[in-house]
Amino acid sequence: MWYDYLGSILEGAWLTLQLSLLSLLCAIVFGLLTASARLAPVAALRWLAAGYTTVIRGIPDIVLMLLVFFGGQMLINDVAYRYDLEPIEFNPFWAGIVTIGFIFGAYFGETFRGAFMAVPRGQLEAGAAFGLSSWQVFSRILVPQMLRFALPGLGNNWLVLLKSTAIVSMIGLTDMTWLADQAGRSTRQPFLFYLIVCVLYMLLTACSGVVLRRVDVRYNAGVVKGEL
Amino acid sequence: MEFDVNIIVTTFPLYLRGLGTTLQLVAIALACGMLLALPLGVIRAMEYPWLGRMVGAYTYFFRSTPMLVQLLMVYYGFGQFKWLQAQWDAENRFWLLFREPYFCACLAFSLNTAAYTAEIIAGAIRNSPVGEIEAAKAMGMSWSLRMRRIILPGAFRRMMQSYSNEVILMLQGSAIASAVTLNDLTGAGRTVYARFYAPFEAFVFTGLMYLLLTFIVLGLFKLAERKWLAHLRPRGA
Repeated sequence: MWYDYLGSILEGAWLTLQLSLLSLLCAIVFGLLTASARLAPVAALRWLAAGYTTVIRGIPDIVLMLLVFFGGQMLINDVAYRYDLEPIEFNPFWAGIVTIGFIFGAYFGETFRGAFMAVPRGQLEAGAAFGLSSWQVFSRILVPQMLRFALPGLGNNWLVLLKSTAIVSMIGLTDMTWLADQAGRSTRQPFLFYLIVCVLYMLLTACSGVVLRRVDVRYNAGVVKGEL
Repeated sequence: MEFDVNIIVTTFPLYLRGLGTTLQLVAIALACGMLLALPLGVIRAMEYPWLGRMVGAYTYFFRSTPMLVQLLMVYYGFGQFKWLQAQWDAENRFWLLFREPYFCACLAFSLNTAAYTAEIIAGAIRNSPVGEIEAAKAMGMSWSLRMRRIILPGAFRRMMQSYSNEVILMLQGSAIASAVTLNDLTGAGRTVYARFYAPFEAFVFTGLMYLLLTFIVLGLFKLAERKWLAHLRPRGA
């Protein structure tokens, strides 16, 4: 019966959630690095970051995934063979996380760049004047204040990221879309299982909305909004 | 390991056919999506109590689930229903379309892009300056005339930026068409990979083709902006 597969699909949903959250973390790191590089005083860094954001945003995620999944193992084997090392086995789960993180790092980078620029320069100068190191200025002054400007963009990007994890099923990761596909084949009720996946995605989206609103309130604390 | 350009040269016709399929799919989806999105967007902006909520449910569903799942649902999912199977056995011309991957992809993509576009249109209409609407009313324009001459032309100008994003998302989203056996640009890359076991040649070239298409779309929107948003250009530029 169809409900026999419910447990396995929920396990798939758990994998989807893990994959998305870890990818998000990865994307935030790539995004912060990119945004910092785009605003760096070194021209080469700025060009590199601009090239990365342009190229990655112009190529579909599935194509990059196919490249990493099929090309990655080949590259590892090749390097191992050339330097006489033991070849590492390619782990599709972590490869998926790094790939999605790398793709969305380009989008997050643009969001962070705009948010960085929205923080008044005087704040950073004041931090420096107090003798804070550049890391302290970054983590205690720049990041807490820029999050307010970055959150709407981050929220949108997160929802897009969450949905694009479904494509890992095309390269054989057993996320909920892949499991629903299998369950649909064996029970001959594919519509039902795809519908369950849709409902689960909608649930994740709705929960994200609630969390995002909370975080938004937290980081907008004390901001006075004018009446229209 | 070296990059063998010969593979790309010999399989170039395959890529060209894939490019054709991708362009057709995207063009059909965008055209049908726009036709559907226009009335839906107006309904959503007018805030009719029931109709508006139904349109809202439609856009919510399509915007909060992955397009891949929507596509699989249309192509593999609908076949579950006995009623549809009976129509297929009776060789009903219309319902047989649901066994065609090409039709299913067009349908799923159109519905998906229509949901996003309807929200974009609704947002642009809601942002119409109050003064323009009041002026149109003061001139004695009827609802339809006001819509046609004042609100929609302004809304289309305001939505240009976000619609260009949607077009690019559609272009890149169409890459999942190979999941239902269609040989689009990504499908061509997968075929080349399978035939030569050459992932770098196959997928790097596929990626470059998409990159080129993205730049062309962006360029076209730049031209459109120069024509329709000429009044917003900085002076002397």
